[in-house]
Amino acid sequence: MTRRTAQLAGAGLALLLAWLVLFPILVVARDAADGTAVRAFFGRAGEWAALWASVWISLASVALAAAIGVPLAFLFEWFDFPGRKTLGALVALPVVLPPLVGVIAFLFLYGESGFIARAVQALFGMPEAPWRLQGPAAILLVHAYSMYVYFYLFTRAGLAKLDVSMLEAAQALGADRWTTIWRVVLPLVRPSLVGAAILTFMTSLGSFSAPYIFGGGFRVMTTQIVATKLNGDLPLAMVETLALALVAVAGLLLLRRTEGDDILVALGKGIAPRPRPIRRPAIRALATAAGWGFAVLLLLPHLTLALVSLVPYGAWTTEILPPVLNLENYRRLFSEAERLRPLLNSLWMAGVSTAAAVVLALAAGWLVVRRRVALRQAIEALLALPWALPGTVFAIALAMTFSVHAPPLRWVLVGTAAILPLAYLVRALPLTGRALLAGYRQLDPALEEAAASLGAGQWRTLARVTLPQLRPGLAAGASLAFVAALGDIVASIVLYTYETRPISIEILSSLRLSETGVAAAFGVVLMVVSAVVLGIGARR
Amino acid sequence: MSAFLQVQAIKKQWAHAVTVGPITLDIARGEIVALLGPSGSGKTTMLRLLAGFETPDGGRIVVESEDVTSMPPARRRFGMVFQHYALFPHLDVGQNVAFGLRGHADAGAKAAEALRLVDLAGFERRKVQELSGGQQQRVALARALAPEPRVLLLDEPLSNLDPALRERTRRELRQLIKRVGITTVFVTHEQEEAFELGDRVAVLNAGHLEQAGAPEDLYERPASLFVATFVGRANVFRGAAARALAAGADLVVVRPERLRFAAAGGGLPGVVRERRYTGAAAFFLVETDGGERFEVLAEPDAAHVGDRVFVEAERVIRVAENGR
Repeated sequence: MTRRTAQLAGAGLALLLAWLVLFPILVVARDAADGTAVRAFFGRAGEWAALWASVWISLASVALAAAIGVPLAFLFEWFDFPGRKTLGALVALPVVLPPLVGVIAFLFLYGESGFIARAVQALFGMPEAPWRLQGPAAILLVHAYSMYVYFYLFTRAGLAKLDVSMLEAAQALGADRWTTIWRVVLPLVRPSLVGAAILTFMTSLGSFSAPYIFGGGFRVMTTQIVATKLNGDLPLAMVETLALALVAVAGLLLLRRTEGDDILVALGKGIAPRPRPIRRPAIRALATAAGWGFAVLLLLPHLTLALVSLVPYGAWTTEILPPVLNLENYRRLFSEAERLRPLLNSLWMAGVSTAAAVVLALAAGWLVVRRRVALRQAIEALLALPWALPGTVFAIALAMTFSVHAPPLRWVLVGTAAILPLAYLVRALPLTGRALLAGYRQLDPALEEAAASLGAGQWRTLARVTLPQLRPGLAAGASLAFVAALGDIVASIVLYTYETRPISIEILSSLRLSETGVAAAFGVVLMVVSAVVLGIGARR
Repeated sequence: MSAFLQVQAIKKQWAHAVTVGPITLDIARGEIVALLGPSGSGKTTMLRLLAGFETPDGGRIVVESEDVTSMPPARRRFGMVFQHYALFPHLDVGQNVAFGLRGHADAGAKAAEALRLVDLAGFERRKVQELSGGQQQRVALARALAPEPRVLLLDEPLSNLDPALRERTRRELRQLIKRVGITTVFVTHEQEEAFELGDRVAVLNAGHLEQAGAPEDLYERPASLFVATFVGRANVFRGAAARALAAGADLVVVRPERLRFAAAGGGLPGVVRERRYTGAAAFFLVETDGGERFEVLAEPDAAHVGDRVFVEAERVIRVAENGR
């Protein structure tokens, strides 16, 4: 391919990405410039309360997730005790629970008619459920459970890159253990901590399922926007969407500033400290017991989900434990066409959007890294943009943009089978884009040159050399994108049609019909598929 | 008869006003040519232009009377050994070597033959990560030679080997190339490597070809001050010091072994400041009254530190100042 063709392809890709991820946001920004709606937004206390709730819930989620994840990371990276390896892997398990599935698992476990509440009620002979799982505390509980994993994984990765000689140098200079941690270790892993904080903050700001199910009267911006949209007040929904987008960008920029120098990362080479066995028998036993206890606590939601999925409709009323267990729900799920359809819908839509995201990311990687086209920075920024904005923002933006017929930029896609895969694709782009750009950057150009000098043409080089080398990054990015699409709820709730309804919508309607067993069975299927796909993606 | 590989006024303009060339060089069939120069001299650019990874902004590259200047690397049939070998990590040794043999009916047999050539017979199923640096280098060589290219290009072929291995590999590499008889161009920044491996050495500096010639020519008859000082140890004398060694010269270059201590009153006077003993001989650092310092290679007991000595030259090299 000549330089000119590459430049043209780069321009084409940049335009396509701009249309996909930037144009809808601009449409929202234009529609938000509505005097009445802006006045309404600034005038209502409820709007400010929702915006403030989004911010403080996100900050509190970061603090809670860090408080759990960081000490765990130190424990598993620095100390050795029986079961360390197994437990270390188990601790990352909340990751395989798609947000909505995690939320309903919590509902079945800690909700007012969940196992724990029933047990407490029976134990003390209470006339009513001892508590209701509702409001900010419930949301934070779910966030802490599902997001500490970011801090845990990032911190462990940062600690694993530490050079043991730096710790030894600190000790040789007279620093005690706490001084070493405070003055040497934490500054060195700061980029990892900030990375985890950014990820937690953004995820929490965009979190929809937990506030939607547990919020009750407590609204955050994501649920507020969807409620306004469903009420039909579109101009106000646009203003709210824009406000949430601005908060997200501001939060991202502020957190980025604390990231620190790249030098810290560059220095992080060498041999990581070996985990130290805990020698004192009492402490060793305590650590082991605490570790296993914690693992059980983490696994309870998964187990609850599995158990509830085995309870047939109407079979469980007031007992502490369900009296009947069978596979009836699964049989219904796979044999009734109307129940099988959401599953198939989710699978094909996630598959198509992931494939498209991979193809676009491959093209972007090649044009940006190999051909260094003029628009490379624009392409990179556009690929990352959907990550910087909560999913609700894009769901609303796509809903607005593609409900109007104005070619060549706008078509009526809402109500067709195309809109959800398109929405999933937008969310998938940062995941595949980041993975493949990084993969391309790590790929030695000499490998492709070697293939060329051995007579291989462009396509053969791509198939035999480039793709096999990119495989780990490609698999990781694609599996994350697929699982995200499979578990998506916010785009689905705004954009689905009855024909194309995905699993998450079916779970919600099953819950509404009190068919908890079917909802749980869907949750289990979603969880298993996610775990398998993530497992494949993580294989080296 | 025209040369097998002709580089005709080839030129590459990099974005920030750095130009390589125009360079013209004729290479005979079966000849081994070293491109020698400091980093940034343009030697790697030259090699990549030959391979086709860079497109020249002017000039032509001709092989066997065929103009390959704008031919993509995949059709050029130039074999290349990369500095870090660029072995495909997801393929085993045999698959690496057979990569360029697609379409050959007997690809397996040819790959085996190429591996035998580099003394790695039977290594087909090994993973490339399991090999030592020297073995990886030989696999890269076998892979480049297997499709029977017209020209072999080597980028710093020995720079990744440890010093002990490097000397032996240098001899083996030359024997192998001569046995195959392939026309070869390689890049190096080490004079010793260029001299021992190359039939002819092309010295590059700041994008220009300073001189191309046999190692003896470069050492004894350098065409410029740069070549004289870059190739081998050299003392540079200017003005009165130059005239004291060679009548009528303003600038001369003298190799340390071409200087000797003379009887009092003859040649250039100075004081021995340092003596570095190397075993068979010693280097004496001499400082003249004018403060110029130079090295004399002589018998270990030829002088002592602090001695007042007189130095004369057995052979001087007259060159022009740098810059054209």
